[in-house]
Amino acid sequence: MTTTETAPTIVPDFGDDTEDRKIAFVCSKGTLDMAYPALIMASGALEQGVETHIFFTFWGMDMINKKTMGSLKFTPVGNTATHMPMALTPLPGMTTMATSRMRKQLEELDIPDVPTFLEHLSDMGCHLWACKMSVDMFGLTEEGMIDSLDGILNVSDFIEIIDGAQTMFI
Amino acid sequence: MPMTMIADHEVHVDDEGFMTEYDEWDEELASTLAANIGIDELTDEHWKVIRFLRADFADKGETATLRRVATVGEIPTKDLFVLFPKKPARKMAYIAGLPKPAGCI
Repeated sequence: MTTTETAPTIVPDFGDDTEDRKIAFVCSKGTLDMAYPALIMASGALEQGVETHIFFTFWGMDMINKKTMGSLKFTPVGNTATHMPMALTPLPGMTTMATSRMRKQLEELDIPDVPTFLEHLSDMGCHLWACKMSVDMFGLTEEGMIDSLDGILNVSDFIEIIDGAQTMFI
Repeated sequence: MPMTMIADHEVHVDDEGFMTEYDEWDEELASTLAANIGIDELTDEHWKVIRFLRADFADKGETATLRRVATVGEIPTKDLFVLFPKKPARKMAYIAGLPKPAGCI
């Protein structure tokens, strides 16, 4: 007599039944080093099936402005974490050098540039929102911003959309 | 490392149920693994992903991330979210008998 009984199969819990997790990032900085934290965390959240929103505001508009998104810079000025003598950091060419070094490091890790990264997030289902006040303040248009933008929102609408979300301000 | 039976194969898995021995997997197993997580039929599109993951792992020694499947495997990310809903990176690794991807993106 044979038996079909086998040792219990361990099946990973992919949390398919838990629907309601939501996460939101507010991107307020336009430097290369401050662009990536939200992008990478958003990517992780989307991989986990979490509804993800990014709201770009103030200097963060540079991340979605077609004119600037591909050329964000990193400066060592005032950044003690670069462990350079602070008196040297404002010298001409220092920001360019630090930026190209950081780009190279990112490239070596196969991390895409900001425009490509945003497209990747959008493909994963990320919602990208531009801040209405910043759009007005910097004189931006929808055509001038990344194509995968979901829309322009005032703060009140954004707060409504992220009801219940874990929110990070960067 | 726990042992478990999947489709009459005795295989090694980690604590979450991901297979840990590359050579213990075969294509017949994949269908059972898929069914375990609610994917009842593996289509040609699913197989394209699974075969890419297996070949890439054999080559690189780590599980491809979603971005790698898109850029190197040339399978659009949007499609991956349709084929393996919600958590494609982990689900496709599970079905392909590979560890969860270690990379962040």
